[in-house]
Order: sequence, then C-alpha cells, then structure tokens
Amino acid sequence: MREKILEIKNIKVYFPIKKGILLKTVGYIKAVDGVDLQIYKGESLALVGESGSGKTTLARAILRLIPIQSGSVCYNGKNIFNLSKIELQKLREKIQIVFQNPFSSLNPRKTVGSILIEPLIFHKKIKKETAIKEAVKILNLVGLKEDAFYRYPHEFSGGQQQRISIARALILKPEFIVLDEPVSSLDVSIQAQILNLLKELQKKLKLTYLFISHNLSIVRFFCNRIAVLYLGKIVEIAPTEELFKKPLHPYTKLLLNSIPTIDEKRKISFNNLKNSDYPTLFYNNSYCKFYYRCQFKMPKCRINEPNLIKFSKNHLCRCFLLDK
Amino acid sequence: MKNILLEIKNLSVSFFTDYGEIKAVRNLNLTIKKGETVGIVGESGCGKTITALSILNLVPAPGKILQGEIKFENKNLLSLNNEKLREIRGKKISIIFQDPMASLNPVLKIGEQLSEVFVFHTELKKDKIKEKVLKLLKNVKIPNPEIVYNSYPHQLSGGMQQRVMIAMALALNPKILIADEPTTSLDVTIESEILKLLYSLKKKYNLSILFITHNMALLSQIADRIYVMYAGEIVEEAKKEELFKKPLHPYTKALLEAIPGYKNNYKKLNYIPGEIPNNINILPGCTFYPRCKFGKKICYEKDIEIFEKSKNHFVRCVL
Repeated sequence: MREKILEIKNIKVYFPIKKGILLKTVGYIKAVDGVDLQIYKGESLALVGESGSGKTTLARAILRLIPIQSGSVCYNGKNIFNLSKIELQKLREKIQIVFQNPFSSLNPRKTVGSILIEPLIFHKKIKKETAIKEAVKILNLVGLKEDAFYRYPHEFSGGQQQRISIARALILKPEFIVLDEPVSSLDVSIQAQILNLLKELQKKLKLTYLFISHNLSIVRFFCNRIAVLYLGKIVEIAPTEELFKKPLHPYTKLLLNSIPTIDEKRKISFNNLKNSDYPTLFYNNSYCKFYYRCQFKMPKCRINEPNLIKFSKNHLCRCFLLDK
Repeated sequence: MKNILLEIKNLSVSFFTDYGEIKAVRNLNLTIKKGETVGIVGESGCGKTITALSILNLVPAPGKILQGEIKFENKNLLSLNNEKLREIRGKKISIIFQDPMASLNPVLKIGEQLSEVFVFHTELKKDKIKEKVLKLLKNVKIPNPEIVYNSYPHQLSGGMQQRVMIAMALALNPKILIADEPTTSLDVTIESEILKLLYSLKKKYNLSILFITHNMALLSQIADRIYVMYAGEIVEEAKKEELFKKPLHPYTKALLEAIPGYKNNYKKLNYIPGEIPNNINILPGCTFYPRCKFGKKICYEKDIEIFEKSKNHFVRCVL
C-alpha cells in the first residue's frame, strides 16, 4: 500500500446566503458537499470539473485558507483544522499553492528577490545572505537567470511570472503543492514549458501535486489519477488511462466528448448530450445533481442520490447506472 | 476567383510607442471566400487580433494602418470615411470578442442592447423590433428569450452572454462574422455548445467566419482553411486537412507538438524555446530563426518570401 500524504474525510464548505437588513442567513451555497479523497505520496491527482464545481474551494479548504462546515483534512495523520497557530505555521512550509494568474498573485511592489527570501527569513529564521543564495538556487532550478533577482514581476512575461510563482512555492522545500490551473492563462508553447518543468521538478524533489484544471488533455498528460467534481461532489475517480478508456459517469462522458481534439476527422459531433443547462448550486440535495443534464436519467435518479460505488479496484463512480 | 468575399492585400499595421515602432502586422495577405470558415492561429502577440481589428478599421491608438488594401464588395474599406464604415460595421461585417462581459453594456438590459442594432440600422417600429429581438435570441438557442430580454448582462452565465453577443452580431445577417477567441473564457462543455451553434448558423445563413484562436484543436474542428501567424506575418497557409496532415513550417509543427495528446503523445511535450520577438527591431531573414531547431545559415541571410510548396499550401520557409 502506498503511503497516504493527505486524507480528506467528508469535507463540506458552505457559503451562507444573507438577505434583509439584519443579514439573516436564508440558505447555503454548498460549494463543496461531502468530499472524501486520499492523496498518495509522489502522485499527481487531478481535480477536474466545470467552473463552479468547487475545485478551487476544495483546494483552499485543504490549505485551511477558508473555514469549513464539517469534515477533516489529515496531513500525515494530523487534522489540520485542530492545529495551533505555531503548528499551522510549520504546516505552511510543507504545503504550498500556485495560483492561476501569476501576475495577480505576485506583489507588484516587491522585487522577485524579496518575494523569494521573505518566506525563508520568516519560516526558517536564517540570515539574509544564506537566504539570497538559496533564492538564486531556486531561480536556476525553475529556469530563470540570476538577474531576475533584482527585477519586478511586471518586467517578466506570463510564462516567466508563472516560473516565479513556482519558485516561490518551492523555496521552503514543500512536500505537497496545490496547482490551481497553473497553465490556463498561458500560450500553448509556454504551457508545454511549464508542464515539463513541473514534471521534472516532481521527479527531482519527490513532490506530490494536486492539479486543478478544466483542460482534460493537459490532465491526461500530467496526472496519474483523476477525480471528477460536479457541483461539490466527486462523481467519478479513477486512474488516468482507465478514466479515458472507460468513463462511467454520464458527466465524465460529456466532458470527454467536449474536448476539441486534432486527430479526429470529424468536424463537430452533434451528440445529443445536453450540456447547455448550466449547473447551479441551489438544487435540492436529495437527488442526483446531474439529473437535469443527464442523458440516461431514470425515475429513481429523482428520488435518491447515488453513492460512490466501487467499479473496480481504483475506479469509483457515483451513478445508478452501475447498479445493474 | 469569383467567390472571394474579402481580400486583404499587403496590410501593415504599426504601433508607435515610446520604445519605438512596433510592427504588429507586416505585409499580410488574406482572403475569405463565401461560406468559408477561415482560422488564424498563433501565440499571443503575433498580430491575430490586430489583423481582425484592421478589417473594420478599429485599430486602437497608438496603432496605425500604414499601408494595404482591404477589398470588400469592390470597395477598399481602409479608404472609407467613418459614416460609410458604420454602414458596413454590424450590417455586413460584424465581430464578437473574447470576453463577452466586457463587450456588453452592464447598465442596459439585453433586450435594449439588441434593439439598438435595429433602431440604428433599420426603420422598424418598436413592437416589430421586440419581435425580431426575441426571434434572434431563440435563434442562438437561448432557452427563455422573454426572461433574457429583461435581464442585465451580469445575470447571465458566460456561455449565455456569448450567445447574446453572437445574436447581436448576426442581427442584420452580415456576410462575414469575425470571431476573436469567442470561446477562450468558457468551459469545455459550453465551448463545444458555442462551436456547434456557430457551425449551424454558418450553414443556415451561408456565413463566412474569420475565426481567431490560439487553440489548434478548435480549428481542426471548425475551420476550412487556416493561416498560421508568427510575429506579424503569415508563415503558413493551407486547407485544414492538409495542414494537420502535413505541417510544413517548423513553427506550425512546434505549435502542434506542444499540445498534450497530439498524435497520442502523453509522455514529453516539445516546446518552443525562447519567446516571440517584440517586433521593434526586426532582423533580416526568417523571424522564427532564433527559436527554430532546423535553422541554417541561409535562414538569416536574406528575407524569405512565402511560396506555394504544394497546391494551395503556402509556406514561408526555405527548408
């Protein structure tokens, strides 16, 4: 059995809807609604889904950046929501995040150098000179020149800025990195550079990734395992190749069908899957959330919500179609 | 040829900035035939959008169209004055932009915005206009036209907003629709919906589409003919099937190889080292030379002209 690095149990993140002068809570938006997930050491787990499916919210909850309603996140066996302030600080060294938009996540008033040495001085309590040496090493590691140290973020192109963000995430030598759509704002050729870099770094530094994306071809290239999220719930989880070969959930099929691919000769397939209904989080919770868009809906989908069922060893799916 | 609808000849656009003259588009030639979907593909900053904007003479300051001719219905669009242009914009040639939220007016209801088109270009009565607008909304497959008619842009999802934009662009049955990255900000599922919509509308109205994107995979599904742009120049032009089967220019090849899943490659991606040039000091010879892995001495010795390598397949490369 491989070693678990992170275990998420029944995590729920609700955002209250407030109305009236007294701001009474009239309901909740269930952004993440009961997710169980294990992340193993050294793997890249992908989290895919449309916008609004709760990918980013889940990632933030894992990092304890937002409060959760219930559930637990265990990092190396310890629930991160029970940690004291000092313990949490220690944890921050081990878990890092790279955001989607590199420019808005780098402080425009600071040089790249000071962005990089700040966490070192704060967490590791080392001298400035050693920190600078360390920072230059990391810059080289992500493929930037040393003169980047004294320059400001706006002087770099999008791809280079993303390299800086990655350098910042790496500087404390973390074990686990959340990559929140790290390449979706970049050009294809730059995207390939960054993906290759991340893959290399993973090998070199033995990192574990949680990779958030809505681009399935990138995920297929990058990740070992994929979890498909729909309206705050995992609907299918499987190893990458298996998911692409044998998607089980109708939503996964819809997603796979929508990827534009080059090799196919078809123009546009006029499949009859209904993908126009945009998901909303106000649905009643008591039945399958995909019901309205599903091609194969049955009467019982309207009554109960299916559970995650084991299809094969590593392949789980939340759908009544598997009951047969 | 008879069925050429729009022809761009020798177009050059420059931006005059504090750093010098940025030659965004250089000596560009492009044609669009009737009922054809033409794709322009390239990295950001290679001049795709500027080309599209120059067709309607919309290049923002400090940009300037230096030379060239854009022929449409026996007229040169670049020599028309604003009043004449206004009759073409929207009516004959219309454009949809990348970010629908930014191109819709946030303080006007959808219905009012769509009606404006008719108020300006036609002399229809108010109730007639409303009827037309509702029909338009139905045309782009919006489920509840009446509700959408009375809502504000921010109340709609991204996909719906883009549908409204398409409805607006098609209101007066234009001949050419310029789509500037119409699906980049959308989810894959919504993206495929919008593509299907564009495709069916094109069939219905025999529309020509100029489709601008950086996503090769998208073009492989929708385009008939593709232009590959690099640093303000066309480096390759071919029919879709031809281009994907036999890409000739190293840049086209590199772009394709950078996509995960191209030719079932999920192992290691090839990428293009370096960055696109800034187009201020243009070196003689091939613009792609500094990043090209097949580069030879001949590549930087003289300027390279685009030529017909095989039938209808043009390429700007000496190799």
